[in-house]
Amino acid sequence: MPRRRRLRKVVAPPGFKGYKPYGANHSKNEFIELLYEEYEAIKLSDYDLMNHETAAKVMGISRPTFARIYESARRKIAKAMVEVKEIRTAYGNALLDKNWYECHGCHARFTIPKTQNKHCCAICSSTDINLLKNDI
Amino acid sequence: MRTIITSSENKITAAFDKRFGRAAWFCIYDEQTGETEFIENVNLNASNGAGTKAAEKAVELHVKKIISGDFGPKAKDLLDKFEIQMVILQDDNLTVENIISKLKN
Repeated sequence: MPRRRRLRKVVAPPGFKGYKPYGANHSKNEFIELLYEEYEAIKLSDYDLMNHETAAKVMGISRPTFARIYESARRKIAKAMVEVKEIRTAYGNALLDKNWYECHGCHARFTIPKTQNKHCCAICSSTDINLLKNDI
Repeated sequence: MRTIITSSENKITAAFDKRFGRAAWFCIYDEQTGETEFIENVNLNASNGAGTKAAEKAVELHVKKIISGDFGPKAKDLLDKFEIQMVILQDDNLTVENIISKLKN
């Protein structure tokens, strides 16, 4: 039995559902799935310009694993471009950092579960709240 | 909706306990009726897994919100999975009563 796959920490999921080529001669309905962790790997190393060692630490995985994810991400993007395919994002093995909010009024920190649709402070119901960047 | 507030004693004037798994008592406050109920934490002196057990207890009691000083990583994961809202208060001089009155406003 293979070793269990460690979840990769993804700080923020991609802000899009996918990318579609335009102006293609013959549009095929094929697509390539880009996993959240692959998006995160591209982001950390090519956008935040981290080296693989630090990026791997951020994602809670080993450096070789990071390199593999990064490589697969690059290949997928290249494949999508060359073969004129749509890119869609998929959840993959990501572990999203929980979203913690802080209230400006009473300094309470809290999470907002998905089942709750109110976007306000858990203590004073103030709407003056902001998202904390890092997990506490 | 029911809320757990961690408490150091089984009365409403007791100081707020900033630990979650090792809080002495859990105060369950019902927002609809305004009633409070105290439950003793049996895992107070457990050598390990206190946070997890407290989180399991919260799931059993069908609470939707927990107010405490901090949550351990295991408790966080569990409470997140069951979609229970976690609230962290860092003030030192709070009593359970203070928190309830804040919630009412």
